[in-house]
Amino acid sequence: MSSNSALPNYDDAIVKKFIVATLIFGVVGMLVGVILALQLAYWPANLGVPYTTFGRLRPLHTNAVIFAFTGNFIFAGIYYSLQRLLKTRMFNDTLSAIHFWGWQAIIVSAAISLPLGLTQSKEYAELIWPIDIAIAVIWVIFAINFFGTIAIRRVKHLYVAIWFYMSMVITIAVLHIVNNLALPATLTRSYPIYSGLTDGLVQWWYGHNAVGFLLTTPILGLMYYFLPKAAERPVYSYRLSIIHFWALVFLYIWAGPHHLLYSALPDWAQSVGMVFSLMLLAPSWGGMLNGLLTLRGAWDRLRTDPIIKFMAVAVSFYGMSTFEGPLMSIRSVNALSHYTDWTIGHVHSGALGWVGMMCFGMLYWLVPRLWNTRLHSVGWATTHFWLATFGIVFYIVAMWVSGITQGLMWRELNDDGLLAHVNFMDTVVNLIPFYWIRLVGGTMYFTGMLLMCWNFFKTMTSGAPAISEPAPATAK
Amino acid sequence: MSLHREFFEASLPRFAVFTTLAISVGGLVEILPMYTAEYDEAAMAHISPYSPLELKGRDIYVREGCYNCHSQMIRPFRSETLRYGPWTRAEEYAYDRPFQLGSRRIGPDLQREGGKYSDDWHYEHMRDPRATSPGSIMPPYPWLLEDSYEVDDVKASVVAMARLGVPYSVQEVANVEYAVMEQSGDIVARLAEKGITTEPDREIIALIAYLQRLGVDGRAFIEENQ
Repeated sequence: MSSNSALPNYDDAIVKKFIVATLIFGVVGMLVGVILALQLAYWPANLGVPYTTFGRLRPLHTNAVIFAFTGNFIFAGIYYSLQRLLKTRMFNDTLSAIHFWGWQAIIVSAAISLPLGLTQSKEYAELIWPIDIAIAVIWVIFAINFFGTIAIRRVKHLYVAIWFYMSMVITIAVLHIVNNLALPATLTRSYPIYSGLTDGLVQWWYGHNAVGFLLTTPILGLMYYFLPKAAERPVYSYRLSIIHFWALVFLYIWAGPHHLLYSALPDWAQSVGMVFSLMLLAPSWGGMLNGLLTLRGAWDRLRTDPIIKFMAVAVSFYGMSTFEGPLMSIRSVNALSHYTDWTIGHVHSGALGWVGMMCFGMLYWLVPRLWNTRLHSVGWATTHFWLATFGIVFYIVAMWVSGITQGLMWRELNDDGLLAHVNFMDTVVNLIPFYWIRLVGGTMYFTGMLLMCWNFFKTMTSGAPAISEPAPATAK
Repeated sequence: MSLHREFFEASLPRFAVFTTLAISVGGLVEILPMYTAEYDEAAMAHISPYSPLELKGRDIYVREGCYNCHSQMIRPFRSETLRYGPWTRAEEYAYDRPFQLGSRRIGPDLQREGGKYSDDWHYEHMRDPRATSPGSIMPPYPWLLEDSYEVDDVKASVVAMARLGVPYSVQEVANVEYAVMEQSGDIVARLAEKGITTEPDREIIALIAYLQRLGVDGRAFIEENQ
């Protein structure tokens, strides 16, 4: 044992902190989502005060689930896997702590400022300029800690998961800083240095790639670490991982203009956005196939192991939504789908299906290990799986029907070549039943989340005292 | 494959630099040309910056998150031009900071909202959306009828916009208070004709000024050139 005392041990306390934050903000973010769904079905749920209107709460929902829930989940997964993949402790514990507490402070400031109406109005970049500066500072601290850990690694080669993490660390910094360049008018208000469609293009370059490099590449990285661990199978193809990594990070960036099709943005930019979106299908499915094929030989466990269930469905939803995305970026399809609920359904098949299910799979694997015990109830986890899966199906089917219905009604012409539905409201009242169905789906998903939290609470409180796992010795 | 392993995977700096290059190309190729593209001069001659009061109204529009439910982009389809008016030109956004194209039409597009309804219609609509639009799912905004804006706050916006290159003259920047008084007074007078009593410093006045301005300049240019 004495020879091991010189070896670093892993910092799992920081991973646990990020997991607890993931659970708390996951509940908050999804609860706000359920409230928003109710508001669309039943407008009095806006409650008649400024702070709870749909227009102010929707940014709170998107920011909470993207940066608070997914952000904390990604950090938990990265801090856990990075140390083990590199066989070293995190570069600096103080930086880890600043990263954690700084990130939570940013989330709390977002939760206060957005209902107050303090916003830049750029989607997923609504936070006002002082908070944006704080985000940049904390992100750089995380980056130093991340790259520092790689620099002090005790293995020679970087595993594929780390490539994907790295693409996030670099790209999110670039996107965040460029999109938020603005001139402050007051302490809480600023105006972007870009105007009109240039501002729109920069924003959707950001918005699309926030999806790409926060909700896709780091989750793929986590898939490459946790899915083989859970399935106890090696990654299917190393060659495929190389090809789809470079293709994905190169192609993703170009696809932003598909959010501005048929706008006055120059035609060539719209076409480039569409073509690159179509090409994006190949590396996306490369990732999906590499994930699914890693499960070869472990498919029997799909019947018994909720972790494998969550991960298999997550990867399947990744494949589904990365097929739907390119489809919706085709001009003629976008002409129908844009500005309708189809977009909302698409986003949620990615967010609930891919990100959420991957997160749950990872957490069910990780929590018992970190708290040095067994999961309180595998049955509850299985119930969670079915609630979440059927919840998503209700959600996205309702949004498909609602979106296509409204899109068709907007464009329907009568025999005289005039609008068949002149009154916009006629196209709204039709959607209300689907908003109720969506609320049911969202509530099911949220209930599953609560069940998981209770399961984890019971698991954590029954856990044995934590031990610091030492890094294994390496042959240098 | 072994080349990838030795060249990239064994070197952090190399991997980081090449990843940075890979993610930079697309953005540069798409965004930089926007700075070489020029607006049509004849169209720009018709497009004026927002008045100070309209700018305040725009701030309120942003604050309330109107963009979450309303787009400002009319697409070049017959069904859209019939419903909303001529499709949107790039020049019409020239002074929009931040842009407000939106991503979802839970309510109708507002890019050519200006002049579509009367001031008192907007007043009533914000007080109770269902009074003017039966079946609407929009929440009421009664606080806009009660709360006041500060002229100093409007000044701060105009000064910042001027710094960003919006062509406000020195006089316009100096006379924000007078311009706000004049325009808000007109709206209050029009509302009074319809029996609505309010004050010129209410937020609703600024919001009405903004909504009534939307798409008006561009429409004038497009109609002249048909």
